[in-house]
Amino acid sequence: MADIASRPLATDRPAPSATARLAVLRETLRETLARRAEAVVIPVAALLVGLALFSLFIAALDKSPLQFFELMWRGGFGSWFSFQNALARAAPLLLAALCVALPARLGLVVIGGEGAIVLGALAAAAIAPPLRGVPPLLVLPAMALAGMVVGGLWIGAVGALRHWRAVNETISSLLMTYIAIALMNHLVEGPLRDPASLNKPSTLPLDAAYRIGPLPGLDVHWGLVVGTVVCLAAWVLIDKTRWGFAARIVGGNVRAAQLQGLPVARLTIGFCALAGACAGLAGMIEVAAVQGSANASLAAGYGYAGILVAFLARHNPLAIVPVAILLGGVEASGGLIQRRMDLPNATVLVLQGVLFVATLFSETFYGRFKAFNPDLWKRRD
Amino acid sequence: MTRQPSVSRRRLLRTTAAGAALGLAAPFGPRQARAAGTTIGFIYVGAKDDYGYNQAHAKGAAALKGMKGITVIEEEKVPETVDVQKTMESMINLDGATLLFPTSFGYFDPHMLAMAKKFPRIQFRHCGGLWTADKHPPNTGSYFGYIGQGQYLNGIAAGHATKSRKIGFVAAKPIPQVLLNINSFLLGARAVDPAITCQVIFTGEWSLAVKEAEAVNALIDQGVDVVTCHVDSPKVVVETSARRGAFVCGYHADQAALAPAKYLTGAEWNWANVYKMYVEKLLAGQTLPNFTRGGLADGFIKMSPLGPAVSDAARKQFEATLADMMKGSFAVVKGPLKNNKGDVVVSSGQAFVETAIELESMNYLVEGVIGSTS
Amino acid sequence: MDAGDIGWWGVPIAIVGGAIRVSTPFLFVSLGETITERSGRINLGLEGTLVFGAMTAYAVTVVTLSPWLGVLAAMAAGTLFGLFHGWICKFPRVNDIAIGIALMLLGTGLAFFFGKPFIQPSAPDLPAISLGWWSDIPQVRAALQINVLFLIGAALALFLWWAFRTTRIGLVLRVVGDSSDAARAMGLNPDTVRLLATAAGGALAAIGGAYLTLYYPGSWNEGVSSGQGLMAVALVIFARWNPLGCFAAALLFGGAGALGPALQSVGVTQGYYLFYAAPYVLTLVVMILTSSPGRALAGAPGELTVAK
Repeated sequence: MADIASRPLATDRPAPSATARLAVLRETLRETLARRAEAVVIPVAALLVGLALFSLFIAALDKSPLQFFELMWRGGFGSWFSFQNALARAAPLLLAALCVALPARLGLVVIGGEGAIVLGALAAAAIAPPLRGVPPLLVLPAMALAGMVVGGLWIGAVGALRHWRAVNETISSLLMTYIAIALMNHLVEGPLRDPASLNKPSTLPLDAAYRIGPLPGLDVHWGLVVGTVVCLAAWVLIDKTRWGFAARIVGGNVRAAQLQGLPVARLTIGFCALAGACAGLAGMIEVAAVQGSANASLAAGYGYAGILVAFLARHNPLAIVPVAILLGGVEASGGLIQRRMDLPNATVLVLQGVLFVATLFSETFYGRFKAFNPDLWKRRD
Repeated sequence: MTRQPSVSRRRLLRTTAAGAALGLAAPFGPRQARAAGTTIGFIYVGAKDDYGYNQAHAKGAAALKGMKGITVIEEEKVPETVDVQKTMESMINLDGATLLFPTSFGYFDPHMLAMAKKFPRIQFRHCGGLWTADKHPPNTGSYFGYIGQGQYLNGIAAGHATKSRKIGFVAAKPIPQVLLNINSFLLGARAVDPAITCQVIFTGEWSLAVKEAEAVNALIDQGVDVVTCHVDSPKVVVETSARRGAFVCGYHADQAALAPAKYLTGAEWNWANVYKMYVEKLLAGQTLPNFTRGGLADGFIKMSPLGPAVSDAARKQFEATLADMMKGSFAVVKGPLKNNKGDVVVSSGQAFVETAIELESMNYLVEGVIGSTS
Repeated sequence: MDAGDIGWWGVPIAIVGGAIRVSTPFLFVSLGETITERSGRINLGLEGTLVFGAMTAYAVTVVTLSPWLGVLAAMAAGTLFGLFHGWICKFPRVNDIAIGIALMLLGTGLAFFFGKPFIQPSAPDLPAISLGWWSDIPQVRAALQINVLFLIGAALALFLWWAFRTTRIGLVLRVVGDSSDAARAMGLNPDTVRLLATAAGGALAAIGGAYLTLYYPGSWNEGVSSGQGLMAVALVIFARWNPLGCFAAALLFGGAGALGPALQSVGVTQGYYLFYAAPYVLTLVVMILTSSPGRALAGAPGELTVAK
């Protein structure tokens, strides 16, 4: 994957006089802008192409693509209510996507975030009832910590297995997701079941004091802010610290990293554990902000949606935020489209598939257009 | 046709079409004003043509579509997360729905309750929940059917059909609604022959095709020769049982077409009646009941026509029991009754008729059922 | 005691029967993925192909009443999905894993979209062969009702194992999978080989789907696959890209999956969720035991993303 920031800027010019320095500056600015523009124009063009392809599909079914897009806009973005709807659906995807994006820095494909979400949620829901009466300012962090520790251990184990036993992380994380969901169901319907939860086996409900409310003036819970902040932190970690740099080297070539004396074990397990902690935190927020207890509804597929978001964001934590909101908006509009156009809910799945294929295909165009690529300008000289 | 608990729990919240439209004026008026009619929203947790639970509801919803002044909007496969809250909100804000039917059990708490608090003028009626006046908002309510009656009748048909005296039940999760069905099925069979036992297998999920098929095979390998189920989509159970040569009783909807020779009968929902009742009250400007229950006598549930394999003796007992049930106050669960751990759960002389609220928190399997509740 | 009462013997019989009944989709998908991955590509989207194949097979069978036509139609659809994946991944910088995930979504979405009218109708099944004639016990006979596709799958595993080692096509596949440069030096076009390998993988995965709807459990609905396609792709790594390993892994997985219902049927009723997790735990344990840092990805094609 081409990384814009890491490429050297043009510096092979003499830079004595002030005017010359200004010219260099202007040139640098132009080049930077061109490169940045590429990162916006290509994905947007891909989205448009995807939408165009999808309108063919809609038109072939004798439905109006125009109405479809109008409804999509209205249902997902077009009004304050709809936009909040998109944001609410995006909130859990931010942390779920980080669970994929962080290990991706090391070249690891972890697809088991769902398991860490479910177990993190269960841990958070399980420690709250014994703490009844303790101030929320202490309990909420404790719940978050519980979720993060359990999630961190779960995906950290994936990293440890990878490092010490060379067990493929994709398969182990997938297997562990099934195991996590089974474990959650077993505990929720057995030892941890609230006897009063009749037809929906759940853990004891959280006290109202331990619930996370909506953001002030908004209809979206705090998970959105937490997720965005953690995405920012992850970006700093990856792009601005030596840990992130070291991780990228490990991702490039493990042997080389080992020869350079990098702590490969600590990096692998550490990044995986951080990823799991993100997912566990997502689980805790889901319990505290939405469900109010742990139950089977927690396995709602956020972990799998997170995989998509992460790949679309090219594992860049900053890009995760807009991608998650976009996906949230598409999902938010799905209902309206079902209701108004009499199309099955699978329509949105098809749309997502088409959009993702188009976006992923667009990767191939990076660096190919002269307008975006200063390296090609110079070749002309 | 509905039975209201004796305590008066009505708050006069008028939900005529006009009143509801007014209540919606702020902050987002219904963008596409749907004429002067009433819009009703249905939300399903699975595909609405699943040959089972969701299809039964969708069929009920379809029965409203012809009614004058009524617009039905539907959304399928809505998960029990913030998604369903937003779906309800979207139906209210964008479609102007004034009455919502979230049909999956998991929608009740916290999702529907949260939305009911936020939209006090919108009516919410939930399938299966246990609405209580002091705990739940007045603009919410719940409805359900005494489908245990149907499973008891299934049991009678099964009791006559079994040769091995072993009948089987493929169940999703050990929750009260499912436990009552399992117990009713066995008690019906034991009304034919007290030596019959019922083997239950829990699959752990509401819809899991391969595991349901494996469960049927495991049951039949243990000598079970009549099978029924409580999963969202009984198609796989019915087809697999018939393929292995076992008799089968249906659930949720009529599955006779899937196994014409082996299908004995089935316990079906008849939601059209329930939904029509609500809508007629709504159109007449009456208050909607908060707590609605009904059984065979009320037309909430019905039985599939008896199949060709049902013997005359079975038919006789089936029809006699059905006639008893139609009179109302038929006790499927009555003492003396032990659970399958040997403890007395219903003492001698005690009887729970179908309306007994205790049945909705059942947490045991009766003697003769092989299985465990956790 | 009548002949039908076999008690605890039901458990091993169920495991054998379950292995035969449940393994076929895993077998076909993992064999298909082995061909694809041997050429140096990963197609993570076979779950979508499987579901679309399942729907296509059922729909065509409902219309034509011929299950074999259904299987053929599924293969054609699977081939198209494979060709699409293979074609799009030949462009530089297109990530095969990510495209796979997108195609998983697209295939599932299209299958659900077009499958709506076929949930209600019934379709005839694929034939099965009774190999239990020697036994008087009905349970054994039932367990040994073996579907033709299972036998084809077993034969295919054996054939592929032989073909990879000894035929020219097998050699070409391995060379391309191990090093694009070496392949080019031999005058081979790696993209074409991978395109064909991915198409073959798609066709086989779709047969796995056809088995689900046309034999076991034998009907189309949106819950017919519970992730068999995704799991089978993972099993390829477990099987170390060896077709015979795929066969063993599929049997192990299918047999372990039968454990949960079988134990409940003999009265072991507590903790069934944990029994249901048995296939996953077992696979994980075997992986941990058989992996070691030294021979990390022995047998892995060199061009594979996971092996790089």
